[in-house]
This record gives sequence, structure tokens and C-alpha cells, in this order.
Amino acid sequence: MVSIGAAIKNPGSTKNNKTGSWRTFKPVSDKEKCIKCNFCYMYCPEGCINKEYDPDYDYCKGCGICAEECPVNAIKMVREE
Amino acid sequence: MVKKVISSAEAISEAVKLAKPDVIPVYPITPQTKISEKLAEYVANGELNAHYIKVESEHSAMSASIGASGTGVRVFTATSSQGLAYMHEVVYAAAGMRMPIVMANANRALSAPINIWNDQQDSIAERDAGWLQIYAETGQEALDTTLQAYKISENKDILLPTMVCIDGFILTHTVDVVEIPTQEQVDKFLPQYEPEHAFLDPKDPMSIGTLADTEYYMETRHDIEKAQQKALKVISDVDNEFKDQFGRGYGLIEEYKTEDAEIILVAMGSICGTIKDVIDTERSNGQKIGLLRVRVYRPLPIEAIKQALKTDAKIAILDKNVSFSIGGALYNEIKAIINNPTYGYIVGLGGRDITPEQIREIIEKTKNPTKDVEWIGLKE
Repeated sequence: MVSIGAAIKNPGSTKNNKTGSWRTFKPVSDKEKCIKCNFCYMYCPEGCINKEYDPDYDYCKGCGICAEECPVNAIKMVREE
Repeated sequence: MVKKVISSAEAISEAVKLAKPDVIPVYPITPQTKISEKLAEYVANGELNAHYIKVESEHSAMSASIGASGTGVRVFTATSSQGLAYMHEVVYAAAGMRMPIVMANANRALSAPINIWNDQQDSIAERDAGWLQIYAETGQEALDTTLQAYKISENKDILLPTMVCIDGFILTHTVDVVEIPTQEQVDKFLPQYEPEHAFLDPKDPMSIGTLADTEYYMETRHDIEKAQQKALKVISDVDNEFKDQFGRGYGLIEEYKTEDAEIILVAMGSICGTIKDVIDTERSNGQKIGLLRVRVYRPLPIEAIKQALKTDAKIAILDKNVSFSIGGALYNEIKAIINNPTYGYIVGLGGRDITPEQIREIIEKTKNPTKDVEWIGLKE
């Protein structure tokens, strides 16, 4: 159960909270169109896109900033099934 | 031990010096300013070895208090009225994070219209924050309660902040004889704070002030409830221990000539001195009047109050605050736990003088009541 004052004595527990469950739309990238500009990697507010431009679906909240910023429309937001 | 003729503001400053807090983040505000001034003087002249943080606002004063307390050191701050209202959101955080901070509040009316004089609306507005609240009647009690407050707050079963409430001007700016214990005596009663609770240490990293979602939040509030319940015994125990060592004890409540009383007045803070005088006079005229002084307001000592009012007496409750449309806070709370005929009187808002004549008027009105709640001392 929660500790007194909700203190967390083992730091790093944010990782346990897989925020990917919040998502309604997920980013799907078309690697053929990608020009490797790094925009999605830099703009992602959650640091969820790696250098291979793959989103980390465990934590991606589906905000769509990567798709918005992609200059060649290589990222589409697709409704979660 | 020395005796000094000092104000309650100075008495609290003496207590704080003796309690040796490590950090004092404080912002001046009338009528609390004398406390922060005295402490600044003690720190400047080397009498008190503390970090005195000159913050830019009361919101920052309480934020810095939490930050300092979160490193596991003893903390003191003081405020009043608008200052307390300004720190409101952080007042809740201090209790929620279970920081044993002690704060003096010089009770003062809330704006508008702006008014620097005494009533108790400011601290009553914070009654649900999770803090313990104790209302002192005299300078001596203010000093003693401040020392007790650290021992209560730092108890590992409590870990809640304590607000020591003193009536602005009536206590903060009037002088009285106050006995000041020696450092040796206080060190024995209140040793150095040894934090067991969560505190920030680079060698043992942790997160405090976290987010708690729907799965966790309610339990943290219930934990405060449990600690408040336990606090009644801890406050009594600390008071008894204080009495053993210093010869002065105050109890959760104070009963003054209530035993055979036909009317019992209920009040908090400095007004109780006036009421006791009126009771003495009225008793010499054959009127059976008594007083129940509520000293500890949070947690509310329900059982002690019920026991004290277990008579057929009519109850007259004086509030220096108002919850509009329903009467004062103390009136509503006590009415809810007793079955006696109970009447509420709103008095002394914004420093309106509460005279012995007004107390007599309340007694007369309670004999033949026409209203549940009345405002006393209004001008035509």
C-alpha cells in the first residue's frame, strides 16, 4: 500500500506506469517515406521515439506531435483497435 | 528559568529559540511580524543557529518549509490572515506530505474590507488542511504550546504539522509575565529531531511530493485521519510530560466552573480570560455560569467535550468566525456532537471589542433564546 505521505522510497517508479494505455491513436511510421530528419525524435515530449524512429508503445501517449511535425507526412495516427 | 514581561509574539520567539529549528522561512505580516523580527534578531546576533530564509511570499514560506522539513530538519514559520490564505494550497501539501512543521498563526480577519485586527476566520478556514490546531489563551501558554507542538508533530505516529494560534494584537501585542525555561530544561523535554520519516538524503534517494492517482490518494487522506485520531492521546501525553517537568499543563479542553453550571459558554483563545472574569462576577451574584475552553481544535476532542457538556446546561458557543448562513464553525461542530440546547453567537469580527457587557448579553440571551445564531456587538 501507499507509504506515509506517499513518499516513494525506491526512485524510478515512474517506469512502472505504462502510460501507453492512455492512447487512443497510435503513430505508425512509413520507413520508405522517412528522410531521417530527426524531427520526431526531437519533438516527442515523452522521449518515446528512438534513433531508428520506432515509437515505444509502452509509454507513447498518442499525442500526435511526431505526426504533426514530420515534414514528409511519414507518420500517420491510427486509431487503436 | 527567568520571568520576563513580554508579548505572546515574543514568547513564541523565545520558545522557537529554545526549540532550535534549523530552518526558518518566513514572510512578515501584521500582527505576526514581531515573531519574524525577533527570530531574525536572534539569528543575526548568534543566539540562534538557523538558516533564516527571507522568502518573497507566504506561498514560498510554506514551500520552503516543506523543502527544509523534507531534508529531515526542524522547521518553524509564522504567518497571519492574508498570508495564511496565500499559502493555502501549500498548507494542505505540508500535511499531505506529513511534514512536522510548526507554524504560529497570529489570528487576524480576512479581507475585504482589509482589516488587520483580530478574529479567527483565517485559521478556521484552514481547519480541514490536516494540520493540528491549538489555540492559546495567554503568552505563557503560547510559549509552552510551541514547545509541545514540536514534540507532538515529530511523534512518529503523528507526523503532521501543528498551527499554534494566538489572537492578533490581543495576545501578540500585549505584554504579560512569561516564565522562560532554560535551554537545559528544554533540551531534556525536546531533544534534537531525529527524523525516521521519509527525508531527502543523497545516499538514500527517494521521491517525496509524488502524484497519487485514484488507486492511492484516498488511503493517504485516511492515513491523516488515523494520525489525527491518535494525536488526541499524544497531545495529552506530551502535555502531561510537560506538566511533570515545568509544572504547567493545559489539557485538550479546559473546564472552568462547569460542574453545577446552568449555562456553559464555549470559546477558544484569549476571549476566555474575559469570560472567566465575567463568570466570577456573575457567580458572586448567584448565577451558575461556566466555561468550556476548547484549546485543541484539530483534532477536535469530541469525547472530552461530550463528557464536559454531559449536563442539562444550556450551551452558548462564541465564534470569532462565521460560515455564512449557518453560524460559526465551533457552534456547528459542537452542536453536532451534543444534545443540549445549543446557541451560537458571532462575536468580535475584525477586532470588534468583546466586552464583559457583551458576555452578559450572551448569557441573558441564552436564558431566553429567540434565535439559534445571533451576532453580538453589531452597531445600530
